[in-house]
Formats: sequence, C-alpha cells, structure tokens
Amino acid sequence: MIVNFIDYLKERLPAVKFVCYIAAAIIVIWSMAAVDTSHAHTWAEKHIPGFWAVFAFLSSVILIFLAGWLGRSGIQTKEDYYDK
Amino acid sequence: MTSSFIHPALILIAGALILPFIKGPFRKPYLVLVPLLTFCDVLYLSQYPGTYGIVNFMDSWTLTFGRVDSLSMVFAFIMALMAIIGTIYGLHVEDEWQHIAAWFYVAGSLGVIYSGDYLVLFLFWEMMAFASTFLIWFNTDKGSLAAGYRYLLVHTFGGVILLLGFVLRYQATGDLSFVLLDEHNTQLYTWLIMIGLMLNAAVPPLHSWLPDAYSKATVTGAVFMCAFTTKTAIYTLARAFAGFDILIVLGVVMAIYGIIYAILENDVRRLLAWEIVSQVGYMVVGVGIGTALAINGTCAHAFAHILYKGLLFMAAGAIIHATGQSRMTDLGGLYRKMPLTLLFMVIGGLSVSAFPFLSGFVSKSMIISASFESHLPLAGLLLTAVSVGTFLVAGLRLPYLVFFGESRCSAATWEKAEDPVWNMRLAMGIAAFFCILIGSFVPFLYSMLPYGDVVYHPYNIAHLAETLQILAFTALAFYFLKNRLAARATISLDLDWFYRLAGRGFLWTTVNPLQWADTAWGSAYRVVGLVSLMTIARFSAWFDWHGIDGVVDGTARIVRAVGGRVSLLLQRGQIQMTLYYTVSFAALFLAAYVWL
Repeated sequence: MIVNFIDYLKERLPAVKFVCYIAAAIIVIWSMAAVDTSHAHTWAEKHIPGFWAVFAFLSSVILIFLAGWLGRSGIQTKEDYYDK
Repeated sequence: MTSSFIHPALILIAGALILPFIKGPFRKPYLVLVPLLTFCDVLYLSQYPGTYGIVNFMDSWTLTFGRVDSLSMVFAFIMALMAIIGTIYGLHVEDEWQHIAAWFYVAGSLGVIYSGDYLVLFLFWEMMAFASTFLIWFNTDKGSLAAGYRYLLVHTFGGVILLLGFVLRYQATGDLSFVLLDEHNTQLYTWLIMIGLMLNAAVPPLHSWLPDAYSKATVTGAVFMCAFTTKTAIYTLARAFAGFDILIVLGVVMAIYGIIYAILENDVRRLLAWEIVSQVGYMVVGVGIGTALAINGTCAHAFAHILYKGLLFMAAGAIIHATGQSRMTDLGGLYRKMPLTLLFMVIGGLSVSAFPFLSGFVSKSMIISASFESHLPLAGLLLTAVSVGTFLVAGLRLPYLVFFGESRCSAATWEKAEDPVWNMRLAMGIAAFFCILIGSFVPFLYSMLPYGDVVYHPYNIAHLAETLQILAFTALAFYFLKNRLAARATISLDLDWFYRLAGRGFLWTTVNPLQWADTAWGSAYRVVGLVSLMTIARFSAWFDWHGIDGVVDGTARIVRAVGGRVSLLLQRGQIQMTLYYTVSFAALFLAAYVWL
C-alpha cells in the first residue's frame, strides 16, 4: 500500500511539485492575511510579513553552507582516518 | 506508606538476576512482564508522592532511595515506558546477557531519578555507565570494543569529577542531599558537580563520547542508550542546576554544534546521535532558563524526545539489522523493500521536526516560548534555526538518502533488505502511537508536568502559521540544495580526536622508550651478566635440587593446581569479563560491608 502510493506519486512528479509550490504559497498568503501577529515576541515577526518563511529558508541555506564550509576546512576526512 | 515502597529499579535488577533461569517458551512472556511490572510500580508510586526508602548508612549518613515528587514522576514514567518498548524491540535476541545489561542500565537510570542524595545517585550513576558499556561490547562489529573502552573511560572520568564535587560539598557543608544548588554562591564543588552531570548530558566540549558510542552499540542496545543516559542527566541538571545562566549559552552552542555535524554525517546512527546532542541542547537551555514554563518544557521535551528518538533509532536499527549496512553511501531507494520502516522513520523524523499533531510540536515550542518570554530573543531565534536544521536532517535528508533517490545498495544489501520481525515492528508501532498521542491529545503529557499551574496552549493560530511556514520553506530549501546534502563516504573529526590521538601518543611514548631500554638491558645482560650468572646459577641449582625442592615442591604443586583452576574459570582472556568479575566482587564486598 505504502509502496503503491509512493509509486503513484512518483509517476506524477510534476503535478506533485506543483501542488507543493501551491501549498507553500497558500501557507504564506494565509499567514500574512489571516494571522494576527500583533502579540508576537519579536519586532521582526510583527513587522515582516511571512517572517518565518524567510527565516526558515535563510537558516537552511546558512546551515548547509556553514556545514559544508566547516567540512571542507578539514573536519571531514577519510573513513579510515583512525585506523592508520 | 513506607512499608509498601518497592523500588522500581529493584524489580528490574531481581528480574535480570532470575532471567538466566527462565528458558524456552517462558522467556518471551517473562521479558515483557518484568518491565511491565516496573512500569506498574512507577505508576503506583506516582499516586503516593513522598520520600521512601530511607536507609541509615554506617551510622553517619542517611541514604534516600525513593524521592517521589512531581519532577521524578514524569521522568520515571517515560523511562519505565521506554524500558518496555526497548525490551519488546529486543525480544528476538537470544543472548540473555544483552537483556541483563539493558535492565541494569534502566535500573541505574530509575535509581538516579528516585535518589535523594549524592551517594545513592553516584551508585546508580556508575551502574548506568557500567551496564551500558556492555551494550556496546556485545556488538561484534569492528571498532566496538575500542569504542566501548573509550565510552567507559570517559564516563569513569565524569564519575570521578562528580564524586570529587559532592565530596568537596560534603566537606564544606556537611550535606549530601541532592537538591537545587545556589547560583549566587558558587564554589569549586558546584562547578565540579555540574561538569560531572554535564558529561552525561553530552554538553560540549564533553559530548564526543555520544556519537562515538551510540553508533557502535548493538542494534537493540543503541535503542536503550539513546533514551537513558542523556535524559537522566537532564533530570539531574534540572534538579540541581535549574536557572544557571551558563547552561543557556552551552545549550544553544550544543544545539547548533549537533545539527551541523548531523548535516555532515554519513552513518545513519551517528547522524541520529548528533541529533540527540542537538535536541538535548534544547533541554539544557530549558534548565538554564529555569522558569516554570522552561522546566515544564524541558520535561515535556525529554519525554517526547525519548519516544521519537527511540523510534528513529529503532528504524535505523531495523535497517542495520536487515542489511548490515549503516552508511548512507551504501543505502538508498529502500522504500520498495522496507515500507513500514520508512513509515516509522518518517513519523519519528516529523515528530522531532515539530510537525503539527506530532510530539515535537507540543514540547519543543514550550522551551522556545520560554526563552522568548524570559527576554532571550537570540536564544529563541537560534533554537528555531536549529529546529529548521532538524527538519532538514531528520525529516528530509535521512529518509531521502535511505529510502528515496538513487539506490547505492550493493546487490547483496538490496536482496537482504526487508521489514523487520514482528516484535521490532510492534515496538516501533507503540513508539509511533505515543508520538501521535502526545501531539494530538495534549493533556496526556501536560498533566504529568511538574508545574501543573502553568498554562500553555501549543495549538494557536500564530504557532501553527509559524510552524507551517518553517516546514514548507525548509523543504523548499532542501529541494534546491539537496545535492549539497548528499551522502559522502567521510567521517567528521570531533573533539574525541584529542583523546584518541593522545592515547596513541601515550602508547607510542610508552612502547618505544621502553622497547629501547629493554633491548639495551638485554645486550648488557648478555655481555656482562651471563658469565657470572651462569656460575652462580650452577651452584644454586645444585643447592636447590638437593636442599629446597623436597620441602617446597609439595606446596608449590598444590598452589599451582588451585591457581590454574581459578584462572581458567575467571580469566578467559577477555579483559571485559575480568572487569565484570572485578566489579561484581567489589559490589558484593561493598554490600557485605554495609549490611553485615
């Protein structure tokens, strides 16, 4: 059942992608239009529409690039490093 | 009610000691029964809060084995529940020693949670460290033996620091009780105790043992380990160090540190272990903030964390159990072969990512809210960023690289991959059920939290909107950057580099000069000593042969025969077993000394 469902989605990949984009857009529009942020904790939440969407995207990018940079700076090494 | 107090740890210990005698068809029911009884005992004790099991120790100290209050209740509940789930997960394991080690480990954890003073705490603390080491040693994979030794040595070091701390405190104050320490009057012993406890919570820079050990434990052992050590340590920190500001900083560092290493990691269980470091960081922050909401959040998150992390480790264990592979460079595309495991891993992954209606949503947000409400917006924002990273790693990267995308499996791996046996599926099902229950039926968890008068509503529009935005745009970022998160056949150097290479350096300095001295001595001996020695030897041989032998030989032969028998029995060449016997004897002597 699970396998069939995944295969079903995989065969319709462009449609799935489209639905996901639409869903993301709806979430942002809904958050901007319908959610009261006047009691939010931070200035940014109150004044930047869709703050958490921007925040999440930027955090992901920063984390991925930071990790990649640290990895390349010498932290990542061969698997047999300790066996030598 | 003192007469009806039976320590839950005692049930597990007695159960473990009887286990080798239960064989055949009775084994499996018995294995379920013992943790179930323990759980019932914990539930029973929760009805009657109070202090039990007070023992007078050597006339001068009062030991408290059973402090049942709102903080210990919630932790004992989840530990006992996890003991049931973990034992069911390992029901197919024939080797009784693995169950015994696991039960002693849980008993240690429960003992720490109910302990009222440092002596009892220390006793069970060491029991945990020692029993869990065997969960690593039982794994026959390459590297497990060494990892077990590193784990044991690190925890022994931590134990000694803790011991130093509370002995100094006893000397200064004459007090052994395990209570909240004063933040405004810190002494050397305060920091020593904190370091000892923080080592078990894997707070950087004392964290390297965790990914090292958890990735090398047995499949079932890792499920136990991921639950007990760090969360028991969080309990002790919440007990003694609530409101210590330094923990906020350390916790945030810990959360970020863990998630960055998780992004780089290739080994499935190491990735999950790094995420424990990251998630426990939230709890350390919660303890550091120390307000009622923050402590509630810490307890709630520890509770939820044990279940979803157990679920993730069980799913990862199912993959390793079936395929024998733990590196994501050797996996991929497995959804066709292991659909149920995929389902459970996704439930666990979405729970840790704070998906609405799953457990992380109602627990993690409490700590983040507490940091905003305590006017720590930076901590709150950084923890939210880590929450983004968590979804990136556990919710997206891990399932994607193991179950979707291109298959990097060898033909043999692909052939072997299948959903695990019924008991492993059942255990995962129970954990998944609780993940959903906690997230969907909030009073189940919230009614157990220590500060009952704190009101917190996770399901409000603003929180929902925040979470959905975060999840959607993290997924989007993952989609664009997934090539940067691909599996690479590397390991990541961490602070254990220092003691691993320091150990090697020590070995080198010991071996090489000693070798040189030995060789030099050998040559000198041959040149100078041998001739004179031979002369003396000839004389003493004559004397020995004719004089002494007759008397001594008889005695010597007896001693040798007895010694041979004993060492045949006790020294099978495996130093782990020797260690085991030594500690057992030491424990027996201690018990005899105290009670006789």
